Amino acid sequence: MLQIKNLTKIYDGGVKALDNVSFEVPDGEFLAVIGLSGSGKSTLLRCINRLIEPTEGQILWNGENITSASQDEMRRIRRKIGMVFQHFNLVHRSKVITNVLAGRLGYVNPAWSLINRFPKEDIEKALQQLKRVGIADKAYQRADELSGGQQQRVGIARALMQDPKMILADEPVASLDPVLAHSIMSHLEDINKNDGVTVLCSLHFLDLVHRYADRVVALNGGKLVFEGNPKDIDDKKFKEIYGRDAERVG
Amino acid sequence: MKNTKKTSIWKSARVGLFAFLGMVIFAYGFQTTQVDFEELRSERRQESLVRVMRALAHPDLFEYEQVEEVVNASLYVPCPAAGAPEMASQNGADPYLTLTPACAAPGETVRVEGFNFAPNTTGPVRFIPGNDPANTVSLGRDNAETDENGHFVLDLVLPKRPSDDVQFIRATLRRNLGLPHFSQSAYDTWSKIVETVFLALLATVFGTVLAIPMSFIAARNLMKPVKSPLASIGLSVLGWPVGIWFGYSIFSWVGVLSAQAGSNLWVNLLSIFAIPVITLYGFRWAVPPEEPNLPSRLVRFTRLAALFGLVVLAFFGLFQLASLFQVVGTALQAGLGAFGFLGYFLFQVGDIVAISTAGLGALAVGAALSSFLGRIGQLATERLPLATLKALNLVLAAAAMATIFGLIGQLIEWLYQPGNPVYTVWGPLIIGATLGMVLAVFTKAKEALPVGMVIYSVTRTFLNALRSVEALVMAIVFVIAVGIGPFAGMMALGLHTIVSLAKLYSEQVESIASGPLEAIEATGANRLQTIIYAVIPQIVPPYISYTMYRWDINVRMSTIIGFVGGGGIGFLLQQNINLLNYRGASAQMLAIAVVVSLMDYISSELRERVI
Ligand SMILES: Nc1ncnc2c1ncn2[C@@H]1O[C@H](COP(=O)(O)OP(=O)(O)OP(=O)(O)O)[C@@H](O)[C@H]1O
Ligand SMILES: [Mg+2]
Repeated sequence: MLQIKNLTKIYDGGVKALDNVSFEVPDGEFLAVIGLSGSGKSTLLRCINRLIEPTEGQILWNGENITSASQDEMRRIRRKIGMVFQHFNLVHRSKVITNVLAGRLGYVNPAWSLINRFPKEDIEKALQQLKRVGIADKAYQRADELSGGQQQRVGIARALMQDPKMILADEPVASLDPVLAHSIMSHLEDINKNDGVTVLCSLHFLDLVHRYADRVVALNGGKLVFEGNPKDIDDKKFKEIYGRDAERVG
Repeated sequence: MKNTKKTSIWKSARVGLFAFLGMVIFAYGFQTTQVDFEELRSERRQESLVRVMRALAHPDLFEYEQVEEVVNASLYVPCPAAGAPEMASQNGADPYLTLTPACAAPGETVRVEGFNFAPNTTGPVRFIPGNDPANTVSLGRDNAETDENGHFVLDLVLPKRPSDDVQFIRATLRRNLGLPHFSQSAYDTWSKIVETVFLALLATVFGTVLAIPMSFIAARNLMKPVKSPLASIGLSVLGWPVGIWFGYSIFSWVGVLSAQAGSNLWVNLLSIFAIPVITLYGFRWAVPPEEPNLPSRLVRFTRLAALFGLVVLAFFGLFQLASLFQVVGTALQAGLGAFGFLGYFLFQVGDIVAISTAGLGALAVGAALSSFLGRIGQLATERLPLATLKALNLVLAAAAMATIFGLIGQLIEWLYQPGNPVYTVWGPLIIGATLGMVLAVFTKAKEALPVGMVIYSVTRTFLNALRSVEALVMAIVFVIAVGIGPFAGMMALGLHTIVSLAKLYSEQVESIASGPLEAIEATGANRLQTIIYAVIPQIVPPYISYTMYRWDINVRMSTIIGFVGGGGIGFLLQQNINLLNYRGASAQMLAIAVVVSLMDYISSELRERVI
């Protein structure tokens, strides 16, 4: 169970990106986060693994207090939280397998990883994850030689290497075409349904939300404006989330 | 319409004013740089210029084996009152000179004719004053050139050197034998240019290796997130000097121990083979590759102790290795003949290891203790009640700042020798402690302070200050520190390479994509791992290209660093210029041009391959 309590983030420039946001995510849920551009979705996801320091409020995860964790504790927590990014964030000049193995960095002893040594089991595991996302043959290519869809699969494989209990996906399909988007989303669905990993995924397209999410939270100007079943987003709610002038398409 | 005209007048006036100002500035420049083309036209200047240019066009690279024929002919200047004495008649195959007339007044012309010389040879014909035919002092000089019969004719104006005694005319005709071979100057140039290239190479390698870590702490994006609470900062600042002192004592002791074990070859060999194996296995045990759960405190403590023991053992091994290198190096130097430099290298590496081991070990212990204490400080900040923490912060901040200021005071004492402990000991300590306390009072006890930015700013300032000192100036200091020679030049170039590359590198670190950094951080990687997996792969290409660029600069610089005693070809060049030996200087200039353009070519080829 992930509990977000009165979370507020004010950036250095004074922008209030999150405003007193509270909600809960039960284990094993696929939660979609929606909202306009600039509504604070990325900020919210990054506060959960403290890539961004929240200004106020608490985040509790299975009894552990993430907001007050020390640096060491935070690293132990982070390694259980996989993250997938809109722009994949792979290390371009490294090999695919190295990118995937990087998911183990929180587990391996730092001294060994300094000289690029990973245990044999980890390397086998990395190959297995690549197989799972369907690009086993690309393992020894450079990451920037892959197409966008393939790169995002590497991103997912990297998150899987962490043996995650939760995956934070920040618009994982926003820079992919619709076919690829479904293929990536179904990988996340598979991880969520078969491995029981909690998924928090920010999305721009409501059809994806309807198709994959168990539940939705919606942000507008940093405030939580909706929390519930995707089916319950009617026209009124839609205008509340996306603004009065928004038109529903598709 | 009217309006635009007005503005355009103003505009032209302004342009005119600026043009006038420019002229004035330029005129002043002419005066201060003493522009004087009249001087260029003076005959004296032109003559020397032509001479130097011709010498430069004939680099002293090749020479021939030569045979000389030297023949004297006696004459009186002016003619003695008793009349010209009879010349000894010449015959046979020996070369001889005839003079017509056989005596003459100073300033008159004598016809010198040579017979039986080797055909097609050239050489000077000189007047030798005094009555000693072996005299090497000569006056005047004309060039004779023999025909195919070995005969030449020359009109010589006698110098104004009258004497009652007999004087001489001497012809020295030279002939090249066999093929040309390299001159002494060519050999000297070769050995110095090799020295130059290696000077540049070592400076670049050392500079690069040290600039890389430096560039990370001079990169804003890496240092900005580094924040610690005051207790942690205070303890880690205190950890450095204590750790360095402790480490230095321990490793010096290990060094003495190693020396006592003797430079016995068998002890050396045994420890060199046994210690790495023990260290490796010990390290594997003490640092397991992966631990899903945190082990108990006892296990961790045992491991830490074991690691410490292993490090001491490993350093003993290093000392042993150093002494083995020195023993083997000395043996090889004597035994390898032309490849003796390998022995010399081994010996020097051993020496470097022996000297730097204790220092590096001390630094390592300093770093380890500092980071360990920093963690303790972190824990204390999290666990202690607020009032206790406040008090602890006060004490630690005061102690840490006092330490820093005390060290600065010692530096001032060393540099300026005021000799007054109020300025160099008590003053700094009290100021530091006060500042520390002020810091502790005015910050929140648990607030994470931006130490990263402080370290960043200090490093940047230091780099900028050192970078503005020219390598040539540094070389002057190093010449005093380590003596004239290539070593001083290497140190100076190396230091300059560190500071300038660190700046360039850190700018590259600052411009990397932040996405991968974020992604690696999100996996639970620590800072060092983040640097290795997200930063380094991104900066490899620019680092290589900057290193090449620096290599080019170092090759150029190393050719002139000898001007101030820094070794390399510059020393020879300067010497030859001062001796007015322009043909020698020309050989060195040629060598510099060849090497610089060759290195340019090689580095641009490499750059293309690598990037
Ligand atoms: N590092 C930052 N410093 C200052 N302001 C920021 C920073 N990052 C984001 N913001 C601001 O915070 C607000 C929320 O940004 P955030 O990136 O969370 O939005 P988002 O919902 O993810 O948008 P998008 O859909 O475009 O990704 C925006 O107004 C943005 O300008
Ligand atoms: Mg976003």
